[in-house]
Amino acid sequence: MSASAPACVIVGGGHAGAQCALSLRRLGWSGRITVVGDEPIHPYHRPPLSKGYLKGEATFDQILIRPVSVYAQQAIEFRLDARVVEIDRAKRAAILADGAALAYDKLVLATGSHNRKPPIEGIDLPGVHLLRTANECDTLRGAIAGASRALILGGGFIGLEVAASLRRQGREVTVLEREPRILSRVTSPEMAKVLHGIHREEGVEIHTGVTVSAIRRGAGLYRVETKEHAEYAAELVVAGTGAAPNTLLAEAAGLAVDNGIRVDAACRTSDPDIFAIGDCTCQHHPMYERDIRLECVQNATDQARTAASAIAGHPIPPRALPWFWSDQYDIKLQMAGLSNGYDDMVLRRHPGLPRSLSAWYFMGERLIAVAAVNDAIAYTVGSKLISLGKAVDRTRIADPNVDIKTLMDNVRGASS
Amino acid sequence: MASITFITPSGATRTVERKDGSLMEAAVQNGVEGIDADCGGVCSCATCHIHVEPEWVDRVGPPGSAERALLELQDVTNERSRLACQVRINDALDGLVVRVAAR
Repeated sequence: MSASAPACVIVGGGHAGAQCALSLRRLGWSGRITVVGDEPIHPYHRPPLSKGYLKGEATFDQILIRPVSVYAQQAIEFRLDARVVEIDRAKRAAILADGAALAYDKLVLATGSHNRKPPIEGIDLPGVHLLRTANECDTLRGAIAGASRALILGGGFIGLEVAASLRRQGREVTVLEREPRILSRVTSPEMAKVLHGIHREEGVEIHTGVTVSAIRRGAGLYRVETKEHAEYAAELVVAGTGAAPNTLLAEAAGLAVDNGIRVDAACRTSDPDIFAIGDCTCQHHPMYERDIRLECVQNATDQARTAASAIAGHPIPPRALPWFWSDQYDIKLQMAGLSNGYDDMVLRRHPGLPRSLSAWYFMGERLIAVAAVNDAIAYTVGSKLISLGKAVDRTRIADPNVDIKTLMDNVRGASS
Repeated sequence: MASITFITPSGATRTVERKDGSLMEAAVQNGVEGIDADCGGVCSCATCHIHVEPEWVDRVGPPGSAERALLELQDVTNERSRLACQVRINDALDGLVVRVAAR
């Protein structure tokens, strides 16, 4: 690489950072690429940490995003176990904790998010686990090996996925959720009720409307006390209590930050040479007409491709419809779009198949989101209809005798 | 052991040897261009879309229902489309040729 070749420094060795580096090369960008990651290992898929990897069904090599050799082949350099502590915008350099300065022409912030730690007495005890990194997952796996009972704080996706994984490993599991229902931030009461019922059938004890006040250790057990004067005991505790974006570096550099690092449609921050991608960003979504921050693989990889396109001088792809998935027991939950603010919801069930259904969310005439449990066709049709933005016949959605694919025919007919 | 050939969207040909696992893993392990595998192989994202060469379609077999549904979301899907993460490699696939779908 010649000294005059442009340099791109990517801050963050998660999925977004890895994909951005790979996409830059795929788009023919020939400058120097350096990824700075604060973990001592190369980028890996995080979703398996609450599922397959947690259960020991996948090895670490199997969850690597790419084998190390591929980065070498593509001249993507890594600084692992390293942390950027400052962005010197005047000198265009990222300063590492050891004082080294990495000069950049383009900087990409892929700093991710961190787990919110509820301010509870005892949250830092060694048997209270947070789950974000492979290292934390390894520690948790070690604890599971010697435990028969687990307490999970938080009935969100991470908490419920961990609950499902632990049940499949034969552990007794209790979930404590502060809100009146599980999944309150991400799905409707009806869908939450279905998933609650499935977890109960699988033997998970779920208590909602419970506020944990303290965690205490004694006699090989952790005792969780609640404000409602209940007490629960287990050999290990897992806190799945939400995440917050890592924005300190951007704030210190004077970049615009508001519920995440503000980026435009090309993932550019308020400095035209600095981009931001993934969990740490907040970006306007044209379809939902508001600024959103997403914590999901789809957003990490799509924003990575967008930033790479902008840096490499290619046209940027259109903003994608957000989508998410969650695997629990024999359930595949697939969601497309954002249901926040819906004013009507239609449930589609299949007689004789209690674990197969879909929820369709509307705002006015518009279909804005669909969540499907073991019904990939409903997810697919819903995704297409959301993107097309056409009116949909709700009585046909609710009727299990209607082939859901025919909704597409009607849309095509109506639009022709 | 099976020898698998990937033809990438830019026309490059890449032949890899593999005895088990999925076609997606074989591609990712060897850095085959165009196989992104965003979801890590759980049939959720369709970023490992391939077209099986006609003479291999019967031996590779058809997609499952969840896979077929995801494929229907893609623009370049045809009757020879599969998601590479859902195709298990075995000796019977020795010599297989697939094309990585352009996205």
